[in-house]
Amino acid sequence: MFYREAGDFKTSYVDDSQTFPIAFDRYRYYFVLVIAFGIIPFIINDYWANAVMVPFLIYAIAAIGLNILTGYCGQVSLGTGGFMAVGGYACYKLMTAFPDVSIMIHLLLAGFITAGVGVLFGLPSLRIKGFYLAVATLAAQFFLVWLFNKVPWFYNYSASGQISAPERFVFGVPVTGPNVEAWAKYTVCLIFVTGCAWLARNLTRGTIGRSWMAIRDMDIAAEIIGVNPLKAKLTAFAVSSFFIGIAGALLFAVYLGAVEVGEAYGINKSFLVLFMIIIGGLGSIFGAFAGAAFMVLLPVLLKNVLVGGLGWDTALATHFEFVIVGALIIIFLIAEPHGLAQLWKLAKEKLRLWPFPH
Amino acid sequence: MTDQFLFGVEVVLNGLMAGVLYALVALGFVLIFKASGIFNYAQGVMALFAALTLVGIMEGQVPFAHLINAIFGTEIHHFGWHVPALAAILLTMVLMVFFAWAVNHFVMRHLVNQEPIILFMATIGLAYFLEGVGDLMWGSEIKKLDVGLPQGASFWIEENTAFLGSENFFGFFIDQLDIVATLVAAVLVVALVAFAQYTKQGRAMRAVADDHQAALSVGISLNFIWVLVWSLAGFVALVAGIMWGAKSGVQFSLSLIALKALPVLMLGGFTSIPGAIVGGLIIGVGEKLFEFTIGPMIGGATENWFAYVLALLFLVFRPQGLFGEKIIERV
Repeated sequence: MFYREAGDFKTSYVDDSQTFPIAFDRYRYYFVLVIAFGIIPFIINDYWANAVMVPFLIYAIAAIGLNILTGYCGQVSLGTGGFMAVGGYACYKLMTAFPDVSIMIHLLLAGFITAGVGVLFGLPSLRIKGFYLAVATLAAQFFLVWLFNKVPWFYNYSASGQISAPERFVFGVPVTGPNVEAWAKYTVCLIFVTGCAWLARNLTRGTIGRSWMAIRDMDIAAEIIGVNPLKAKLTAFAVSSFFIGIAGALLFAVYLGAVEVGEAYGINKSFLVLFMIIIGGLGSIFGAFAGAAFMVLLPVLLKNVLVGGLGWDTALATHFEFVIVGALIIIFLIAEPHGLAQLWKLAKEKLRLWPFPH
Repeated sequence: MTDQFLFGVEVVLNGLMAGVLYALVALGFVLIFKASGIFNYAQGVMALFAALTLVGIMEGQVPFAHLINAIFGTEIHHFGWHVPALAAILLTMVLMVFFAWAVNHFVMRHLVNQEPIILFMATIGLAYFLEGVGDLMWGSEIKKLDVGLPQGASFWIEENTAFLGSENFFGFFIDQLDIVATLVAAVLVVALVAFAQYTKQGRAMRAVADDHQAALSVGISLNFIWVLVWSLAGFVALVAGIMWGAKSGVQFSLSLIALKALPVLMLGGFTSIPGAIVGGLIIGVGEKLFEFTIGPMIGGATENWFAYVLALLFLVFRPQGLFGEKIIERV
């Protein structure tokens, strides 16, 4: 009843091409922002921040990044974990080498460094396609993890081989280190998520996003109509790695505080983020959020029900989680290959006609 | 001959043996890829699942014991009998055939005509599912698999090659299990090729691989062929699972071997059975030699990534692999 474009007249091109053309959508978007920035930071507690909100936000960034590469540009990557490791370690080296510079700048710089590494590993994509590329990105995953494990310079020669984030402040409030409070963690991640989502949305609907999609739909045809595959593919790798690097840096500095590379950035992370974008929906920013929320909430929910509710032991619950995640992925691919984002879209289409569908 | 050179030869020999085991896993991939165009990521987990099931049946474990105990509060773990190895292998094979049927019936049949990448992701989902089911059924602790294969160093080879070097050289150290694995792999490849070339079902399989629609139009049942191919892949997975399981115990890391098989495939080409073997040998020897010569200089454990980087570099020059069919692209 409220979700209508009727009566909502556009009088300029800017109005016509805005992200949320329907007024109700626009208000909903502002409403979500107000809640996220204005209300949640004041009521969030440690459990919700650590178990749900902060991982959700961080993985949402990583999922947006992978979605740009896989969903928009069609280049399947299994190297997400490795690129996240680059972000994390770049952030650590910057934090310890330049302690006076703000952590926010370090996080951004970590993204740029990862973008550089991403371009390097993206170069073979000009020759290699499809599965072959997916396997080639595994080289990035294993090589980078090995590198951070074996070269002591990256972890500042610490005895344990771990890296741990020193304490850093933004406007006098600790955001990394042992004394950081739940709301500060949450807010830092939220700022980055908002920025990244805004950037991704606007990149994907502009020239560059269109060239990515042209490459995805058929690269030879795209080349013939004048899309430069070198530029399109490498920018996709760069932008995607930029986001993934920021996610990796946040995961290390803000969320975990101390990481061991094989554990925090292993191949499982690559698959986790890939599942997020499959379940959420390939080629959709909303899908990245939906998928991240789904994959973060599912284990928490299962754990609460199986371990807390039924009293099973945790190992059993973990195995069960594997079964359910695997089955869900297959079910999604069969029933709705475009993921949660498509369901959301269908719901909105229905809503436009509701309550008089004829 | 210097000892250093002889050690190098030993490394190469061991690399060849490891390569055979990689090739065994890669073979399963090639079979499914050729017949249905599906890149089956779950191959490694199938090997793990087959090995777990084999151990479980031999030990007389109760399937889903943990789950049953958690739900009903019982304390059952074992039936209390032991099944001989051969019977257990047959039973496991029956289960793998059932699994092949289930995959085809519940998953692949619904994904006909989807893009290859969607099918690939479906098999990733399948891998997760199967891994979870395997752990639920048989428990996740590391198990010993003993089906009576000879194990340990072969003293005969060690004694008879010791004369080659000085007194510091004690002869080539080669695991007997590796020799058995090599023989089994050779027999398996010959059998598979013979099956594909000389039997009716094999011909139908090749026809499906060539062109689905043409095969359908001459009356070949796609469903049957796919079940057949997945069963064959299950059989190869079982063999690989037995070999790896006997070598390093049945544990989760077995499924990571599947990942190692990927560069093997890329090197050999996705569509070629000899390619899988040659690729496996190159990767096996390459990574062992690299670890032996360059490894100590850069911190070791290079086996983790060498195969992938080698495949990556190789593909840049020859995108279809060594024996793969030339990739022709049209708009």
